[in-house]
Parts: sequence; C-alpha cells; structure tokens
Amino acid sequence: MSGLATAPTAPLGQPTLGQPWNDPAAVPYIRLRNVTKRFGNFPAVNDISLDIYRGEFFSLLGPSGCGKTTLLRMLAGFETPSEGSIEIDGVDMAAVPPYARPVNMMFQSYALFPHMSVAKNIGFGLRQDRVASPEIARRVEEMLNLVQLRGLADRKPHQLSGGQKQRVALARALIKKPKLLLLDEPLGALDKRLRERTQFELVNIQEQLGITFVIVTHDQEEAMTMSTRMAVMNAGRIDQVATPGEVYEFPNSRAVAEFIGDVNLLEGRVESSTAGGAVIHSADAGTLFVDRAVEAPVGATVWLALRPEKFSVTKTPPADAARNTLAGEVFDVAYLGNLSVYHVRLGNGREVSVASANRERLVERPIGWGDKVWLTWAPGAGVVLTK
Amino acid sequence: MAERDVAYLRGAGVEPTRLERLYYRLIANPVFSAFVVLLVRLGLNRRWVVIAIPYVWLGVFFLLPFLIVLKLSFSEVVLAQPPYLPLLNWGEGGLHINLNLENYKLLLDDDLYLRSYLNSLRIAAISTLFALLIGFPMAYAMARAPESWRAPLLMLVILPFWTSFLIRVYAWIGILKNEGLLNGLLLSLGLIQEPLTILNTDIAVYIGITYSYLPFMILPLYANLEKLDWTLLEAAADLGCRPAKAFWTITVPLAVPGIVAGSFLVFIPAVGEFVIPDLLGGSSTVMIGKTLWVEFFQNRDWPLSSAVAVILILVLVVPIVLLQRSRARLEAAR
Repeated sequence: MSGLATAPTAPLGQPTLGQPWNDPAAVPYIRLRNVTKRFGNFPAVNDISLDIYRGEFFSLLGPSGCGKTTLLRMLAGFETPSEGSIEIDGVDMAAVPPYARPVNMMFQSYALFPHMSVAKNIGFGLRQDRVASPEIARRVEEMLNLVQLRGLADRKPHQLSGGQKQRVALARALIKKPKLLLLDEPLGALDKRLRERTQFELVNIQEQLGITFVIVTHDQEEAMTMSTRMAVMNAGRIDQVATPGEVYEFPNSRAVAEFIGDVNLLEGRVESSTAGGAVIHSADAGTLFVDRAVEAPVGATVWLALRPEKFSVTKTPPADAARNTLAGEVFDVAYLGNLSVYHVRLGNGREVSVASANRERLVERPIGWGDKVWLTWAPGAGVVLTK
Repeated sequence: MAERDVAYLRGAGVEPTRLERLYYRLIANPVFSAFVVLLVRLGLNRRWVVIAIPYVWLGVFFLLPFLIVLKLSFSEVVLAQPPYLPLLNWGEGGLHINLNLENYKLLLDDDLYLRSYLNSLRIAAISTLFALLIGFPMAYAMARAPESWRAPLLMLVILPFWTSFLIRVYAWIGILKNEGLLNGLLLSLGLIQEPLTILNTDIAVYIGITYSYLPFMILPLYANLEKLDWTLLEAAADLGCRPAKAFWTITVPLAVPGIVAGSFLVFIPAVGEFVIPDLLGGSSTVMIGKTLWVEFFQNRDWPLSSAVAVILILVLVVPIVLLQRSRARLEAAR
C-alpha cells in the first residue's frame, strides 16, 4: 500500500516494536495457512491466512458470529481446523493437544475455579508443570503485584468484583509466561471507566513481559487503543489486516469503513484519474476531487469515504463552492462536550454527519437546528473505495 | 409484632430474617399463596398463616408420629389389645408414670440388635459406594450429552419407577438364582462351569439395593453436573492439565454437593431397607429393618420395635446434623 506516510506508526503507549509486517525478511511467530473450520456445512472460518509477529498486540475484530472466537479457539487447541495449518514459533500445532501448547488463554467468562482461592487459581498452571512450591509461591506473589491484587490471595472467586476477577484471570494466564496469550473479549464484562483503565494496563503488562497477545473483541475502540495491528473479520473471512491508523484512514472496503468508526459514503463515477489526482462525479454531491489516483477505470462506480471529523462546517458559502462542497440544512445537533455532531440533510434528501471540535466554550450555539450550512473538505481527507 | 402488619420500606442493606426469607419463598408459590388467600379470607393473620402451614405439616406428619413411637418405646409389652401398657395412668394416689427402660437395655444386652445395626450400616455404605461408582459416570454422560438427548435420558432413569418396586426386586430373584438368567448366560458363554450362588447372599443384597436406589444417586448428581461450567475444564487444559487430572481436580470437587446429596438419598433409606434383604438376602443377612419387622409383626413387641426405630433415627440423624454443622462452620470461616 502506498501513502502510508500519513498513518501513525504505533498507537499511544505501544512499545517501539518496529513494523516487522513491512519487513519481508522478518519471520512470523504465528503462521496460519489457509485455515478453514466448518461446523457441519457452515464455514465459521473460511480460508484464512495470517502472520502474527513476536511481541505483537494483535486484535481480531468483527461483529458477533464473524468467526473470530473460533479462530482464537483453534489457536488454543480447543477446535481443530478442518483444513489448513497453524504454526507457533515454527512448530506445527496440528497434533498438539491444548494442555501441551505454549499458549494460555484468558476466557471471556474468566473461568476461574470457584473452589480454589485466588492464589491457587493463579498458581494452577505452574502446579501442572510440577514446579516446586516455594517457586510457585514466589511467582504467584509476583503476579499478584503485577495485577495489583496484593492482599487478596486467600479470597475465593465469588468474593471478588468483576474487575478483580478479570485481573485474576489475566494473572493465571500470564504466570506460565506463554509464547502466546489469547484474550477472548477480556474487558467485555467491565464498565466503561474500568475498561478504559484496564486497556492501558493490559498494554503496559504486555510491554513489560514481551508476550505476544492475540485478543478477540467486537469493540472497535478497544482494538484501536491497544493493538499494534488488527484484523477486521466478517463472515469467516478477513477483510483487512493493518495498523489501527491504516484501518481507520485507509479502509479497503465499505464494510471495513462502516465497521470502524462513523463514515459518510458518497457514491460517484470516476471521471478522470492521474497520479496527481482524480475527479469523481457524484449525482448526490457534485464534483469530488481527490489528491491521488483511483485504482479503478474511468466510468467505474466508486465511493468516497469521509469521516465526520474531516469536514469543516461554515454558515457562509465558501469561495470556491464548486470543489468538494456540500450544502444542506442541520436537522439535528448532538453536543458531546468535546465535539458537536451535526446531522445535515442535503438538498437531495441524503444525510451526512459532521463532527466539529468545540474549540471555544459554547454559550450560544453558533450552528443550530435548521441552519443552512456548507461542508468542505481537503482533497486528501477522504479515501476512495472500489468495493 | 404489630408493626409487621404495616407496610413499610426496609432500609437498604437490611438482611431479611430467616422467617421473613421463608415467608418470601413460600408466598412466591402460586398454589400456596392461593391457599393462604383462602385462609386469610376466613379471618386469619396472613403472615402467621404463611409461616405456620409448613410447620403444622411437619408437626402433624413428622413430629407427632415420632413422639408416638417415642412414647411406645418407653412402655411395657403385654398380651393385650393394644399390646402395650399405657405410659401414663390414673390410679390410686394420682398420676402414675410407668417409664420402662427395659427395651433400651435389651437392645444393648442382646447382640442381635447391635449386629443388625452394624450390618445395616455396612451394607448401606457398600451399596452407596457402588451406586456412586455406577451413577457418577451415568450422570456425567447425561450432563455432557447434547441438549436434545438429556430429557429422554432423564426419562429413562426415572422409568423404573413406573413399575412396582416389589416386582422389580422379585425380578432380580429370577436373574440371580442358581438356574437364573445370569448363571445361564455365564454357563453358556463358558465363563463358569458351576452355577454361582448369588441369591440369598450379601452380594444379592448389594445388587438389589444398588439397583433400586441408583436413580436417587443419579438425579442429584445430574442436577449438579449439568450446572458445571465446562469452560473450567477448558481452562484447566489450557493451563497444562491433562483431562484425567482435570477430572479429579476440577470436576469432582465441584460435584461434591451432588455426591453428598446422592449418597444421603441412597444411604439413609438403604439402612432401614427391609424388602430387599428379605427377598434377596439369606438367613445370615441381618439388617435392622428386617429385625424391626420381626419384632413388630411376629413377636408383636411394639415397645421393643419402637425402641429399635428410635435408635435407628438417632443413628441416622445425629451424624447428619453434625455434618451440616461442620459444613456451615466451614462456609462461615471462608
């Protein structure tokens, strides 16, 4: 993909992993080759090939039923692929049962053993490996410190809050220092504030221990915040694998653009396309200029994807109203504090949503219901999608 | 407690008392609440009625009969109708209490009774163990069967109850006797040369009790295992635990309430079992139920058999109460 210069290299708080996925010489740590899983005749996972590199925080993102959990369970060994192969650190996992894999999992329900104390739960994995008990005690202590659960070692799971259970589950999965940690919707049961705090803690812990994380989530914000790269899945297939920034700014299809964040799609036909820029004619939005070539022949139907925050909103017509301009009427305003989201109805009845940062305190709304507004955007603000 | 009848909102965090909890649970039952409404219409206090009914039931059908038996056990046997002397009688100089402890003394003196008690406990314990060993895998398989299979499988477990208990025990005579089905099968397979003597031995009693009470073991175990979260076993496997070890470290400890409930349901009736040792057991198989039957119907010694029954209840109830206490204390200590 060209034009990666605009995409951020890594999200906030990420280790400087580099970008092994852009390095042809880098050896993938986890290698999925043409993996298919059928339940009866239904392919839950359909011919997926994927490389994940050492030290990555990799997200599998998609709506429920897209096959992301099945893919995770195949990595853990709870499901066997109908076709294809899975390799971890160069070893084919086909014949390796779950209890012998160098992989640990944090379950969505946490799956804490209800009859064991917190310390026994965390130490369970080491006891299976017949580690000496003073060593187990030491490492359990270490883990309790890591997940900030000092003093709760003797509690039973039913005496813990949701957030504490989540930490115990994480500590239990981390104590064996697995080559790969799988997390199945790890933060799904937490409230919003706790979830956001835990996201950063997870990233910090991953950075400290250097373990490769693969996380399943349906929460795109979560995936954006934490991952080095993410795979957007849909109906058993991967639509796009890229860094969060690339997925947001350069989605490769309408499905991805609409799944990640809000987007306005303007349909049109390619009028001309050169290396310096392209012109698209849209029946809804007039003539659209973009700053790069379109990977579609002249006359083909394409979509210009514009995120709500890419527009600038004015109450007066811009000087050059012929270029990248939409005129319409505000029919709804959502004040979010930091942002205001305007829902604008165009002359032809189509609706566009626009987000605008509230740079000054709003005493009276500069733009309100029923106002006539003009929306403009830079030629580089949108991305042209061909499918 | 007049203020109890006034509607009020209880403060947050106030725990309901034990009686109040009982009240809420009982009144939630529609049949029961309809009955209560009927009684309240007749002018009775609503709260009092709700809580009193189960206690009255227990009192009339459990406590009162027990007290009658207890009273009988302290009286003296006579050849009369009824065959015992009254405990209290009005004679010259007022009320006489003829408290007779001879029955209990006899229980200690004659070792027939002690042997009967010990034998009953032994046979019941061994049969309970067999029922557990057979019932656990069955309950486990049922709990892990596909959802649509579970109801029919449960039906199959309960199905024997449709046939009379006596007929089922009689059927075992046909299977176990020397020229019965089992011996016929083993002989024709060439596994044995001589028919095995199973009928009229303790082994036949074990088989009979285990067979008859197996559903009482399976049902609570199934109810327990069905609730087990199978992802716990996945979690154990994920952490390096082999399936066989996961069974002992995860499944069995979590099934303990079901194991305890099932074992009590088999053990307690098995101790007092009378029909099975009578039909399948031999002359050497003395169980307390049989001894009691002989005392009551053949010797017509109602007071002595009442004493046997009272001791039997004590033998069964006291350990259960102690066990419950220690478990409650363990729960509280956690």
